[in-house]
Amino acid sequence: MAAKPKLAVYKFASCDGCQLSLLDAEDELLAVADVVEIAYFLEARTAVQEGPYDVGLVEGSITTKHDVERIKEVRKQCRFLVTIGACATAGGIQALRNWRDVNDFISHVYAHPEYINTLKTSTPVAEHVFVDFELRGCPINKKQLVELVAALVHGRKPRVPTYSVCVECKRRDTVCVAVARGIACLGPVTQAGCGAICPSYYRECFGCYGPKENANSMSLGQHYLAAGKPSMQLVRLLRNFNGHAADFATASTALETANK
Amino acid sequence: MPANRTFEVKALSRVEGEGALYVKLNGNEVEHVELNIYEPPRFFESFLRGRSIHEVPDITARICGICPVAYQMSACHALEKALGIKTSPEIRTLRRLLYCGEWIESHVLHMFLLHAPDFLGYESGISMAGDHREVVEKALRMKKIGNELLEVLGGRAIHPINVTVGGFYRAPSVSALKLMLPDLEWGLGAAHEMVDLVSTFEFPDLEVDYECVAVKHPTEYPMNEGNVASTSGLNIPPEHYEKHFEERHMPQSTALHSVKLPEGKPYLVGPLSRINLCFDQLTAEAKRAAERSRIEWPSRNNFKSIVARGIETVDAFEEAIGIIKSYHAEPAQSRVAYTPKPGSGCHATEAPRGLIWHRYRIGDDGLIAEAKIVPPTSQNQGQIESDLRAYVPKVASFDDAVATHKCEHMIRNYDPCISCSTHFLKVKIDRGEPVTTG
Repeated sequence: MAAKPKLAVYKFASCDGCQLSLLDAEDELLAVADVVEIAYFLEARTAVQEGPYDVGLVEGSITTKHDVERIKEVRKQCRFLVTIGACATAGGIQALRNWRDVNDFISHVYAHPEYINTLKTSTPVAEHVFVDFELRGCPINKKQLVELVAALVHGRKPRVPTYSVCVECKRRDTVCVAVARGIACLGPVTQAGCGAICPSYYRECFGCYGPKENANSMSLGQHYLAAGKPSMQLVRLLRNFNGHAADFATASTALETANK
Repeated sequence: MPANRTFEVKALSRVEGEGALYVKLNGNEVEHVELNIYEPPRFFESFLRGRSIHEVPDITARICGICPVAYQMSACHALEKALGIKTSPEIRTLRRLLYCGEWIESHVLHMFLLHAPDFLGYESGISMAGDHREVVEKALRMKKIGNELLEVLGGRAIHPINVTVGGFYRAPSVSALKLMLPDLEWGLGAAHEMVDLVSTFEFPDLEVDYECVAVKHPTEYPMNEGNVASTSGLNIPPEHYEKHFEERHMPQSTALHSVKLPEGKPYLVGPLSRINLCFDQLTAEAKRAAERSRIEWPSRNNFKSIVARGIETVDAFEEAIGIIKSYHAEPAQSRVAYTPKPGSGCHATEAPRGLIWHRYRIGDDGLIAEAKIVPPTSQNQGQIESDLRAYVPKVASFDDAVATHKCEHMIRNYDPCISCSTHFLKVKIDRGEPVTTG
């Protein structure tokens, strides 16, 4: 039998939720460990096998000078590099700093700002190194993660949909919250993957999976503005966990400028 | 053995987040202990400024993927106090059920995938499964049940979406919850077995005169509500927290430590503290499990926290069953409506790994003007270092690799959640050498 592919899991600035998704795949975890060598995964195991690795899963965004260098080393170690989650894929919630003065933040939180070593921005991995595949979500969907690992083991492309959350709402028979309840919802411009959970709880999609292919969030924003939603509410809605993703960022910046 | 030795772990494993350990020994004398947090700073308290009230639980959840409910619960309660609204008893009970789900998944994850391998001599739960497949499979099923409870109530297990200030966006259906009962009943039995199993572990001898701190409620085991109590007799409402506890920069250390005032001493939060302070409030089944463990409670040995987690897991399963059995109809109102208005509020709840305290101020514009979050691990950090100073001499006779591993094991007693540390400091220590940042 051929050697098992070697998997590495890396963490940058993040909450650990996406790598936890692997441990949360309770039905599949031991089976995955049977077919994949979990060679580097500090949250789950102490033993470390030296690289190079066949697949590297990267969680978290790049927020320190040290991490700018570290991600380059990670890239060299991994044949396929996959980002898992909104932080690694889009800069995550940490990218909220990209619109503000980070020095201001530091003095809010820390008594000794001079000790804090951080960059002014939080950026996705793909702004630093080439990324082979991106798994969206805040957090990622553990079923998509298992599909990703299975696809990589079998040498095929992961089957991950790129249509919008709206498609998932229709599939599960959820009545549209934007139409029926007048709620400003990001479903039309957000990539599917979560299973359209929020609208089924009568609340807005807030964009955990980031902009779908060819999204036009500005157009959606104009629609909600015309329906009487305050522009700053829409700016905040776009600036959650994928605010730095290009389409969301363009729309939120335009809405904010129009507000001034 | 050489007189000057150092034990160093460059990257702690089987913990959430990134940290390093450095211990310097001169003979049997501990010269320096340092738990270095190199998790990049994450500015949640600043991100919250200018956000709408309803966005707060969605944002604070992102502090920690393992215990998002804790961050949501402390935030919601604090904001409800700031707004002067009170939730219904039904919502209060459903929130307790949600917390039960988080305690189950987080405790079982830590007990069997992260901590038990230390006691049984494995480098991970995955390796442990090679010899103890049945135990690991059982643990995974228990963890899954905790996660399913979070999914039914919260919409999803990691970063639940159904939690809001005032209650829930949608109440869970009676049938969805009742469907969970057979699994929960199984889980209760499995949790008892797990307590019996972990009680047989060999616990290193490290008795510490801890100042235990936990939320304490007169009739309930603490989760969402109660005063902040301690073993030295403190019993204060969460509003007085900042008068008695302070985050401080200790000169011999690299991080911001919480200390109890006026002594300025470290203290312990987490399952051991909760059982020590609130044993009487445990459920009947949990008390039985505690008695069978043959551990004398209160306990001063935090290696036994794995048993405390097991007992709390029994408690959480039993409470979840009780709550679901008495859930006969969805509440007429799943949440209490509110109008944003200026005000301040603070609240403490019990995350799986210990007390978590939040304070918010709502500004005149109805948006968040100020937020302060004190997570459990930043409170425990001083105690972790203090434990290490006491423990290192006991393991100094082992070779470096073994002694270092034993120190790592001791740190894992705390189930440290380093990513949670919204404001751990990365401080420069002047030893005449450049600072390493990770």
